[in-house]
Amino acid sequence: MTTEILMPALSPTMEEGKLAKWLVKEGDKVSAGDIIAEIETDKATMEFEAVDEGILAKIIVAEGTEGVLVNSPIAMMANEATESTVDLQPIEKNVQTDASSTKTEFKSQEAPLSGIEAEWGAEIQTKTQTVREAIRDAMAEEMRRDETVYLMGEEVAEYQGAYKVSQGLLDEFGSKRVIDTPITEHGFTGIAVGSAFAGLRPIVEFMTFNFSMQAIDQIVNSAAKTLYMSGGQMGAPMVFRGPNGAAARVGAQHSQDYAAWYAHIPGLKVVQPYSASDAKGLMKTAIRDDNPVIFLENEILYGKSFEVPLLEDYTVPFGKARVWREGTDVTIVSFGIGMQYALEASNQLEAEGVSVEVIDLRSLRPIDYETIINSIEKTNRCITVEEGFPIGSIGNHLSAVIMERAFDYLDAPVINCTGKDVPMPYAANLEKLALTTTAEVISAVKKVIYK
Amino acid sequence: MAAKKVTKKSTDENHDLIKFYRDMLLIRRFEEKAGQLYGMGLIGGFCHLYIGQEAVVVGLEAAARDGDKRITSYRDHGHMLACGMDPNGVMAELTGRGGGYSKGKGGSMHMFSKEKNFYGGHGIVGAQVPLGAGLAFADRYRENNCVTFTYFGDGAANQGQVYETFNMAALWKLPVIFVIENNQYAMGTAQERSTSSPEIYTRGEAFGIKGEAVDGMDVIAVKTAGDKAADYCRAGKGPYILEIKTYRYRGHSMSDPAKYRTREEVQKMRAQRDPIEAVRTLLISEKHATDEEIKTIDKEIKEIINACAEYAKDSPEVSAEELWTDIYA
Repeated sequence: MTTEILMPALSPTMEEGKLAKWLVKEGDKVSAGDIIAEIETDKATMEFEAVDEGILAKIIVAEGTEGVLVNSPIAMMANEATESTVDLQPIEKNVQTDASSTKTEFKSQEAPLSGIEAEWGAEIQTKTQTVREAIRDAMAEEMRRDETVYLMGEEVAEYQGAYKVSQGLLDEFGSKRVIDTPITEHGFTGIAVGSAFAGLRPIVEFMTFNFSMQAIDQIVNSAAKTLYMSGGQMGAPMVFRGPNGAAARVGAQHSQDYAAWYAHIPGLKVVQPYSASDAKGLMKTAIRDDNPVIFLENEILYGKSFEVPLLEDYTVPFGKARVWREGTDVTIVSFGIGMQYALEASNQLEAEGVSVEVIDLRSLRPIDYETIINSIEKTNRCITVEEGFPIGSIGNHLSAVIMERAFDYLDAPVINCTGKDVPMPYAANLEKLALTTTAEVISAVKKVIYK
Repeated sequence: MAAKKVTKKSTDENHDLIKFYRDMLLIRRFEEKAGQLYGMGLIGGFCHLYIGQEAVVVGLEAAARDGDKRITSYRDHGHMLACGMDPNGVMAELTGRGGGYSKGKGGSMHMFSKEKNFYGGHGIVGAQVPLGAGLAFADRYRENNCVTFTYFGDGAANQGQVYETFNMAALWKLPVIFVIENNQYAMGTAQERSTSSPEIYTRGEAFGIKGEAVDGMDVIAVKTAGDKAADYCRAGKGPYILEIKTYRYRGHSMSDPAKYRTREEVQKMRAQRDPIEAVRTLLISEKHATDEEIKTIDKEIKEIINACAEYAKDSPEVSAEELWTDIYA
């Protein structure tokens, strides 16, 4: 009798991984608990243990194979009673199957759509890079440029980052500038803010922005307000960064989107990139900015690849939205991971003959109102898309501004697609329902174009 | 014996004592004036007076060197005067006028001076403790041998972030002196009703931070303790805790009805332990100064205070444009 050994899911967001190494070979006897392989996820290289005892009858996926989907068979085990010479038919399953067998419903948008030129100009060469790599490169470039920039947070140094964003930085910059902290967000955030008052430029990594609530007094009362309260004498030139919003199946306390919370505060700047090039360019701008900047990342986007311009010093200004797709029937405004729904919806709608303009805000404080208003003057309709809670959302704010500044141009009410007004549930089906969906965005668009 | 006083050492001591007297008196008279202006409606909001605690900052400032930093809570007027900030600018901030240190945008609790390395003036109890450790973090990063005096009260000593900070300050050997100004009341709650162990200076022990209790009504004892703590930090040994036992004569803020302690308790402290009277008595009994010299100092201080009150009243209102400045650098 034989059983399949399946590719394991080793992190909440893992959909595929690399089978880095087999530690056993065909014919070996394996006991439960033996480490049989090393598997590289988007976060780390992990050891994979056998759960049963038996003989490793067949290796299906060779070591070094990338993109092995979670739950696909990687080997066959024969129990000891079975002759290991039994002829095993290779399992007919393609390792690189399509997305239908994975949790994700999106494919990354590799480049701007619909003939919109990339922001950096057609003559510039690009390379394909994940958001994770882009953020790391931005930090490394700025740390090379300015000695006062340092990175502090939980597991940023020796662990190489809980989400591998700071990978390699300890090696290059040493423990003076890449600093592991105890698990004390309130305390280390305060220390970082104090060092910024004294002229250093800290980057504070929160393992997730959910933990920034422990430190929010230091962010809001100390970092954001001191420049004003000191009559301009001293402020906090620093970056607070980390994954924000829902990842996958991590429940109510680890899934909140803080975009609207921080965008509420004068004295802070708030950005939330979607693409890798924006992540890089905005991060470099954030580190150079003389104000406290909230830099909202997203765990699901970390592994997505985009084209990043091969420029020595690529920065993206704050307060400037990016038009991903031009259209004439309706404007969809989004930011961060919301862009996945916006772009997915726009693809489907285009196929149905609806011309959609998609705007990525990128920067939530300051907000590029001009680009939104100009677009609405053309399309006369607007949908906003975000994953955060509905009450007091970024979309609510945009609706108010649009009403004040473009009332006469509107042919339909502005609709806010947001996360639902519930704590994030754990169950997979409920979690999907709690977030906004592409279908909801499409249905909102159809509502405002009266179709 | 008297003739022996005129030695080099005694001359220094003489100078120190007179300076202590002058600096403490400046704070006392400034705070009395602030109380008066509050009563007249010229100062608004919360106003926390430092009267009774003057020896703490004056003694510790005597232990500070150029480049050292200081940060404290909202009871901050004394700290600003002691580190050499201009009484005019401080008082004008209290009246919320354009001539104030923060152009009227900070008020009593939120004042700063980059020039004097005074980093506030913080209104959230205990928030200045990690911030102060952060200032020390910057000094250690730059390897400049400076120390940071991080002041907080016995009330703040119960905040969680204080212990997060103790841990990291000890772990990273930050050159920070944690100065616990124990005035025995966290707002209106007496120490024995808020604090499980009376010896707050021992609270660093779990982190390996040395601490000691100091008589905060004795400016010389404070200065001596400050020197020792600063030397320890400058030697790269990490943080140090000074719990300085002091007493505030006035309420927590101007709006404190003071139902939580007796008038007699306050009177007794004033009569028996006043830090300024103690130095005045010493100056005269040890013949460091004559009655006339003391009176001259008193008069000078009175003039400074009257002038700063006038300045604060006459300083122009903040221009409306200032509402929108200094939000972003």
